[in-house]
Amino acid sequence: MARRVLLIEDEPNIIEAVSFILSRAGWTVHTHSDGASAVERVRAHPPELVILDAMLPGRSGFDILQELRQDAATRDLPVMMLTARGQARDRELALSLGATHFMTKPFSNAEVLDRVRDLAGG
Amino acid sequence: MLGFNGLIGIALVYVVFLFGVAFAAERRAATGRDGWLRSPWTYTLSLSIYCTAWTFYGAVGYAARSGLEYLTIYLGPSLVMLGWWWLLRKLVRVGRAQRITSIADLISSRYGKSTLLGVIVTLLAVVGVTPYIALQLQSIAQSLEVFARPGAGGSPDGGAVALWSAAGLALFTILFGTRNLDANERHHGIVMAIAVEAVVKLGALLAIGVFVVWELGGGPAEMLARIDASPIAAWEQSGGRWIGFTLLSAAALLCLPRMFQVLVVENADEAHLGTASWAFPLYLLLMSLFVVPIAVMGLERLPTGNPDMFVLTLPLSEGRDGLAAWAFLGGFSSAASMVMVATIALATMVSNHIVVPLWLRARVPGAVMSGDVRAVVLTARRVSIIGVLGFGYLYFRLSGGGTALAAIGLVAFVGVVQVLPALLGGLFWRGATRSGAAAGLVIGFAVWLWTMFLPSVGGGGAISAQVLAEGPFGLEWLRPQALLGTGGLDPVLHAALWSLALNAGAFVAVSLMSFPGPVERLQGAQFVGVFDQSGGPGPWSRGGADAETLLVMAQRILGATEAQAIFARAARVQGRPGALPEVTPDFIRGLERELAGSVGAATAHAMIGQLTGGVSVTVEELIAVADETAQIVEYSGRLEQKSAELERTALALRDANAQLTALSVQKDGFLSQVSHELRTPMTSIRAFAEILREGGLKEEERHRFASIIGDEAARLTRLLDDLLDLSVLEAGQGRLDWRRVELGKVIDRALAAALVEPEALRLVRDRAAEAVEIETDPDRLAQVFINLVTNARKYCDAPRPELRIEWRPDLNAVDFIDNGSGIPAEQGRVIFEKFSRLGDPHKSGGAGLGLAICREIMTRLGGAIRHLPGSGGTTFRVELPRADMALAIAQPASG
Repeated sequence: MARRVLLIEDEPNIIEAVSFILSRAGWTVHTHSDGASAVERVRAHPPELVILDAMLPGRSGFDILQELRQDAATRDLPVMMLTARGQARDRELALSLGATHFMTKPFSNAEVLDRVRDLAGG
Repeated sequence: MLGFNGLIGIALVYVVFLFGVAFAAERRAATGRDGWLRSPWTYTLSLSIYCTAWTFYGAVGYAARSGLEYLTIYLGPSLVMLGWWWLLRKLVRVGRAQRITSIADLISSRYGKSTLLGVIVTLLAVVGVTPYIALQLQSIAQSLEVFARPGAGGSPDGGAVALWSAAGLALFTILFGTRNLDANERHHGIVMAIAVEAVVKLGALLAIGVFVVWELGGGPAEMLARIDASPIAAWEQSGGRWIGFTLLSAAALLCLPRMFQVLVVENADEAHLGTASWAFPLYLLLMSLFVVPIAVMGLERLPTGNPDMFVLTLPLSEGRDGLAAWAFLGGFSSAASMVMVATIALATMVSNHIVVPLWLRARVPGAVMSGDVRAVVLTARRVSIIGVLGFGYLYFRLSGGGTALAAIGLVAFVGVVQVLPALLGGLFWRGATRSGAAAGLVIGFAVWLWTMFLPSVGGGGAISAQVLAEGPFGLEWLRPQALLGTGGLDPVLHAALWSLALNAGAFVAVSLMSFPGPVERLQGAQFVGVFDQSGGPGPWSRGGADAETLLVMAQRILGATEAQAIFARAARVQGRPGALPEVTPDFIRGLERELAGSVGAATAHAMIGQLTGGVSVTVEELIAVADETAQIVEYSGRLEQKSAELERTALALRDANAQLTALSVQKDGFLSQVSHELRTPMTSIRAFAEILREGGLKEEERHRFASIIGDEAARLTRLLDDLLDLSVLEAGQGRLDWRRVELGKVIDRALAAALVEPEALRLVRDRAAEAVEIETDPDRLAQVFINLVTNARKYCDAPRPELRIEWRPDLNAVDFIDNGSGIPAEQGRVIFEKFSRLGDPHKSGGAGLGLAICREIMTRLGGAIRHLPGSGGTTFRVELPRADMALAIAQPASG
């Protein structure tokens, strides 16, 4: 069973950390660091779960989430949003746009793993 | 038998006597003993010039031809004097307050000192009155002919008599009429001579009357019976003509230039009107008392004689030479006084409204001194007197002298009465405008010319019988004596009705449609509301203004300090001691320019003109206007200031609000940015820290993760340093360490600190050029340079990156130019903003505060940093302050 997670994030050190944690737990982690082409990437190889940073170069994570939710193919795809800005406004915006979960940076690794297991059913 | 030569002799003696009277009166007036000259009786008698030779001889002729209708000529003025004294009082008050010199001046003055109106009224008066003057000359010639008929030596050449009479009257008028330039000064000599003549002519008529009634007629009772039996009693009187002529003569009293002269200009005291209002009608009553008996007796005894000459021919036919000579002197007096006053009035108008304005326009600029003007005005007036009399004489010769006397008088009446609408409107209606007055006058003048003057002029008339009967070019509705088919009316009434109706109509209509100018409005208010003002003439006894009065006015308009400065400056230029200059034309011109700056050119011109001309507005009134102006100017200035202040405040508030809003948005954005920049490295640090803690890692993994933690911690520290640095710079806190240092050394330090390897970025410098001393804080300037060098190393995208550092002595600036592709223009604007990181953030290793810090540093150092777009690679220019400015900035900071 290919448990694939797509991490859309632009901070190299954060990509490395999250990839390490999830890989160790048995997930196949794909990464993508550009906002503009992120939706195409999701459509090309739909994962079990998307971890989406809010601030990306090229296109904001909120925009990407909105488009994913408008497309029937990705409407129900679990999306976990990460943001470093940590304001309540961002959380509300993310949930209203249909994010499955919202997590503020910095996060605990255990929490990330728990959420990924919850959302991706495994 | 009194011969022609004898009569000439008597006339000459009489004239010499009048000279004496006039001369004595002038002397008394000059020495101040003019008490009795200024009596209401003199004033009343001077009004008798209303009774010209036309009334003296012509009334009898009129009665003989048309019965009692002659009474209308006396009735009109009597009604005005008795019933319209309030109108006369206003006229006299206005005339005195405004220093009016003639009826043309009155109309011109009332309608904003209009030159055009002055010319129109002058022309109207000259055209209307000249035949009247001719009439007087004719009466003198005619009366002399009567004496010559029996033929006792001397040939009566009517033309020669008229010429000599005209010349003599011209001489008399010039001698006593132009002694004083200022028309406001009354002509005491002439007025006195007129008063004497008034007594002579009244006495003559009364004497003839008594002679006719008691000596020829056998007493009053028998005389009445004769009158009843005469054709005069049987005359059918036309009601229309009675009313029309009465109104016409009433209006003429107000409008005739000579009447205006004695009534208004020569008036010494307004109270004299009270006496005149009953005494003058009484005089007229006495003048008309014996007219009918003389006419009846003349028709009875001399049925073939000229009725106009009955006053002379009746006593002559009875051999009463003395009485006849007296009557002749009476007639001569009537003619002479009328000619003299009418000539003075006309000459004043012609010289003031036509000759002097033309001369002023034609003169060489700057060549005028006040003395010159005086001479010019006097000459103009004298020439005008000769011209008017010459014109009258010419008219007398051309007209052939045949027309009945009364007819000419009526033509003149209707002509001058055209001024009435503009006159009454000017006195009682503020809405009357110059355009309205001009339109009314021109139309009335034209209609009068067409319907009355032209058909009457020169015996047969200047208009052919055909035109009279069929109209010009066969246009019946334009027939001179039947306009629009209103034939069957008396020609005089027809002309008077049409001309006055069209005149008044045009006057009212155009006045309603046009707007008065500022001077016009001012004058209109002065005229209509003359009784509302303090009244009486101002302290100006003569025209012209002294410096003190001008200063008072200037102070009220310009303010005390400025006005005094102007006057003092002018006095200094003139080399006069004290603060008041001599009032020279140059000074007045300068002052007018100054005033024009405050109240506008037109008002300044009018004010100066009126002050120095001294003719139209009294000084108190002018100062009142100036006060008002100053108040309005001050008040509106204050209002303007207030509203400008309010506007500035509102603007400042709006700005402040916008700034606060922007600040709050900025602060929001800034905090959000800071939060992001802090949380991002912390995320890595926390994640790897947890991974390390959990253990079970390979050695190289552990090492790598630990070094990532170290990097991110350093990044955090840099960020915090930058934030603190920026906040210190933005708050203007933190000392600058100003020193004198060589530019090259600062660059050396920056390059050393930036740790640039030559393969990463090749540097191009000109060390010789950099050997300049600058005044700056070397550490801070180096910080800016480090930022720029670091940026070039990070962002220059050329295959072989290169940075040129160039000192620009002409601009006092250091340019940093790399050979990359540069920054897009739209981003060039935002790169100095906080967190405006371009491209890959990890390449920079900073939080995007570097250029923001550079900008703050350069501002504090008194210089600037800019991005120069479109200059090949990325170019930054660091501008240093000039040495002196740098020192100025440095002083308070270091000292």
